[in-house]
Amino acid sequence: MIVGAVSAHLYLSLSALLFGLGAIGVMVRRNPLVMFMSIELMLNAVNLTFVTFARELDDLAGQVVVLFVLVVAAAEVVVGLGIIVSVLRQRPGATADDASLLRG
Amino acid sequence: MVESFVFAVAAVVIVAGAVGVLVNRNPVHAALSLVATLFGVAVLFVALEANFLAAVQVIVYAGAIVVLFLFVIMLLGVDQSEDLDVEPLIGQRPAAIAIGVVLIIGLTGVVLTSSLTGAPAAHEWVRDGAEVAQIGRLLFTDYVFALEITSLLLLVAVVGAVTLARTIRGETVDLDEPVPVLPGDPVDLIDEDVE
Repeated sequence: MIVGAVSAHLYLSLSALLFGLGAIGVMVRRNPLVMFMSIELMLNAVNLTFVTFARELDDLAGQVVVLFVLVVAAAEVVVGLGIIVSVLRQRPGATADDASLLRG
Repeated sequence: MVESFVFAVAAVVIVAGAVGVLVNRNPVHAALSLVATLFGVAVLFVALEANFLAAVQVIVYAGAIVVLFLFVIMLLGVDQSEDLDVEPLIGQRPAAIAIGVVLIIGLTGVVLTSSLTGAPAAHEWVRDGAEVAQIGRLLFTDYVFALEITSLLLLVAVVGAVTLARTIRGETVDLDEPVPVLPGDPVDLIDEDVE
């Protein structure tokens, strides 16, 4: 195992911080586009964790998983932005609170 | 020593970009802050010897996904500022920030107090500089089923996006046009003022 100059704990702590910031963004912001960007932040935090473990454990499977996460994120963005476009086309300026027609 | 410096700079850029996404009122500025974070993560990928993923990160995330975000922002004209001072639910924002801080503290605590363990790798990472070939070999041997599912997922996403974005011709209702009265319609529902 090759031990890098920077401990894996630092990378994982940064990743935890990034994940938490993304979670705060999803909960605080009401603009659906910005909420989406916060979800991207959380996905990137997870990717950073995977790559860190791939280096520490000498296992390339972590990098392969990151590749799959990238693909799923791209598909998610395409469908999510399609939904946002179709909602915002009907009511411009809608926030996440306005799209509550499906609530129980 | 070099890695420590790179890590410090990239960490500052990443955190600053993430905070920028959170606090920027203008969605365009938030998207640009997101680009900073994504580039910082790509730099850390290089520091973690994942050169291929760093390139993919820049191309796919910063190149495609953020541009898609900007396209939607410009297309819809939703680049007006969000009013961050109005609280939709009383106490929701402090509660959300408190939950987020607890989450960060909990995750960091777990990370810092535990030691790294793990099973030996099933496929040892041979650091010969040809990691792209190794990743490709893994993709088409061990993870070939996941790869096929991924292609299906992309197909479904494309079809879904086209379906969502399509406007059905002929079914749009012209609101200025008076509704024709059909035999059997209750007469009292018809607005008499329509000329």
